[in-house]
Amino acid sequence: MSSSAVDVDLVGNVILVAFCFDRQEGRRGKPSADRWRPNSMQKMLTIISNVLRGSARSNGAQVVSEAASLVVASRSYADFTPEATFDIKKVDLHRLEEGPPLTATLTREEGLKYYRTMQTIRRMELKADQLYKQKIIRGFCHLYDGQEACAVGIEGGITLSDHLITAYRAHGYTLTRGGTVREIMAELTGRRGGIAKGKGGSMHMYTKNFYGGNGIVGAQVPLGAGVALACKYLGNDQLCVSLYGDGAANQGQIFETYNMSSLWKLPIIFICENNQYAMGTSVERSAASTEYYKRGDYIPGIRVDGMDVLCVREATKFAAAHCRSGKGPILMELQTYRYHGHSMSDPGVSYRTREEIQEVRSKSDPISMLKDRMLSNNMASIEELKEIDIAVRKEIEDAAQFATTDPEPPLDDLCSHIFANDQPFEVRGATPWTKLTSTS
Amino acid sequence: MEATVALDLQCCRNVLVPFPRSVPRHHPVSEFYGQFLRPQVLVFALTLTVDKVQVWILSECVSLFQVNVRDALNQAMDEELERDERVFLLGEEVAQYDGAYKVSRGLWKKYGDKRIIDTPITEMGFAGIAVGAAFMTASCAWALSSIMLCFQAGLRPICEFMTWNFSMQAIDQVINSAAKTYYMSAGAQPVPIVFRGPNGSSAGVAAQHSQCFAAWYGHCPGLKVVSPWNSEDARGLLKAAIRDDNPVVFLENELMYGVPFDLSEDVLQKDFVVPIGKAKVERRGTHITLVSHSRCVGFCLDAASVLAKEGVECEVVNLRTIRPLDVDTIEASVMKTGHLVTVEGGWPQYGVGAEICARVMEGPAFNYLDAPAVRVTGVDIPMPYAKILEDHSVPQIKDIIFSVKKVLNM
Repeated sequence: MSSSAVDVDLVGNVILVAFCFDRQEGRRGKPSADRWRPNSMQKMLTIISNVLRGSARSNGAQVVSEAASLVVASRSYADFTPEATFDIKKVDLHRLEEGPPLTATLTREEGLKYYRTMQTIRRMELKADQLYKQKIIRGFCHLYDGQEACAVGIEGGITLSDHLITAYRAHGYTLTRGGTVREIMAELTGRRGGIAKGKGGSMHMYTKNFYGGNGIVGAQVPLGAGVALACKYLGNDQLCVSLYGDGAANQGQIFETYNMSSLWKLPIIFICENNQYAMGTSVERSAASTEYYKRGDYIPGIRVDGMDVLCVREATKFAAAHCRSGKGPILMELQTYRYHGHSMSDPGVSYRTREEIQEVRSKSDPISMLKDRMLSNNMASIEELKEIDIAVRKEIEDAAQFATTDPEPPLDDLCSHIFANDQPFEVRGATPWTKLTSTS
Repeated sequence: MEATVALDLQCCRNVLVPFPRSVPRHHPVSEFYGQFLRPQVLVFALTLTVDKVQVWILSECVSLFQVNVRDALNQAMDEELERDERVFLLGEEVAQYDGAYKVSRGLWKKYGDKRIIDTPITEMGFAGIAVGAAFMTASCAWALSSIMLCFQAGLRPICEFMTWNFSMQAIDQVINSAAKTYYMSAGAQPVPIVFRGPNGSSAGVAAQHSQCFAAWYGHCPGLKVVSPWNSEDARGLLKAAIRDDNPVVFLENELMYGVPFDLSEDVLQKDFVVPIGKAKVERRGTHITLVSHSRCVGFCLDAASVLAKEGVECEVVNLRTIRPLDVDTIEASVMKTGHLVTVEGGWPQYGVGAEICARVMEGPAFNYLDAPAVRVTGVDIPMPYAKILEDHSVPQIKDIIFSVKKVLNM
């Protein structure tokens, strides 16, 4: 590798020519069962890109990044692999003859979308950690980093017209269900621009077809079945995904829900996000049976690698098809991991070792897994992904800026939203002389 | 030679001495509290007459130790676990995690799996199991002889709810299985259980984690409901609760856990108990009675010190127990001052303050009221998350001062 500067103009011209040639071939969107093989043009561009990347180390990034962005700009969808099929882990089955497929097809767009969403969740949660330590966020804050593949994969298997409900580790779902980072962060800091106008906080965020964000362990599961009942009642072919953790899995109300949703064949997907620890109690110490996917007994179940966004997506698609065909509920156990402790008041290392956390981070991180897949199959370039990272970082910074500068809710809002569709009425304040008003 | 020993105990004087351990000045409660209960060394003079030679022996009687509410609860449980083999603790994270709020720190290391039990997150289930463990006396109690002995035969569980909000998942077991059973069995089945945990609002934990349950549990016959304020209350009432043969709902407060108070040696004795059902007058006054429980007692004392500068002397009554309510202490105070303000963190409607006012209306103290009794309460809304809204949802010291002035027509 020469140490002199690369002639950017020459490279640029070569690429433009190559680009023109390639466009005529029209490679987009061709489904394939086999691994896609690049043609000679793509190979050349890959080599050029590698050279530029290599010289960046010796020449300094500045000059080369311009060239790199040229390369990127001209390396459009036409020369990246438009889609690829990957082998995914086999799921464990309970009361099912067949499970989801053993391969998953990922298009470039999907890959970039999943990458961006997971990275957004990751950075948003880390920012929340920072703001909590600065005491700008207070109260409870349960972070989702490590589990991004679950939220993103599930959303990949359903549509926004389906319904979803989860417990308190809900920031990621608020995002995938249509919330913006700005609204979520402003809710965490308790400002009027928050998704619940500052009145709910970390555990009580809602969007369309997303019912929170619930503080009481296990209570969200029967609520989800209720939503499913309504879907069936209205005949709208929608379903409800009802999430809970390994700690909640022992709750009686969940078994009551299993019973009724089976009896009435409700379109509900039960999903147990098993991150191995219920606060400080490991699964071995809290459950007589840790095979959570079998705990539905008469309800068919599958156990899925929750760190692989494609596994989660395929499993969700499979489960959704099961529900929509009128067969009733199905249970999915996602084996996942949280890097943070239970909440910000839990350091997370008194009941597990740092080595364990480190090992999961290095071997099974969901974002790294997707990144490696896309890069090694030429579905994206490393620069492109870096740009996404930069864009995400900027989005989070802007949101944090908003969240720390937006004013707190007005005192007028103190008593509002007690009742819906009702006349305004008087609310007793702290003393009998403090008369406040509640509006719907 | 005859030796006559005459012991002449005399409380010589109250000597104000600088307190040996520094009281943290930053906390308003302890600062205020420190002011009017300054450590006092009571000097007792013993005169010993031996052959008409008098020997004076002076001894320092009282030294004070600083203990925060968390440690007071921890020590009380530790001592009761040691005293009685049948006492055990169960709840979420109480064992290996040392307690979600560290109240049970060190207990699992000392007593092991048998007596400090980590439960899954299943309140209805483990509350029921706890009540059942207390039921063990049933078969014995039928024996006509040595009934008292048999009453000792069952276990004496301490069932911790991580917060009282989660007790709603288990409230059927607390009320229907614990509170009513002794009555339904016509005395055959006592239920010596303690349910404990933090109650009421905390800081920024929003609507589902901030409710005060004093009124709900205080409503039910068959339950004893206590609500300690300071470390002495916490220690004495928890010991009393554990030793009581009845179901006791023990309402702690998360924001009080870290607050230190001075405890005398007497309080630190292993058999120190605060009787359930007896209120304490924390501050004597003449113009108005403030009745409160839990954290709000501190606010009342703070308000009283501010009002004292304007010449208003408040009498502050710390209820200590919600059920049975110490009406006598309240009435005696109201009959002295003629004015009443109740202060609580819970919602106003059907609350603790409402009950106090009704009792005063129905009893002899009514005739001594110079103005209607008034309640200072939490605002009648679910607890909001945003700090500014939360601060305005709970009774503040200025609300107490304002109400006192209104009642006194100032």
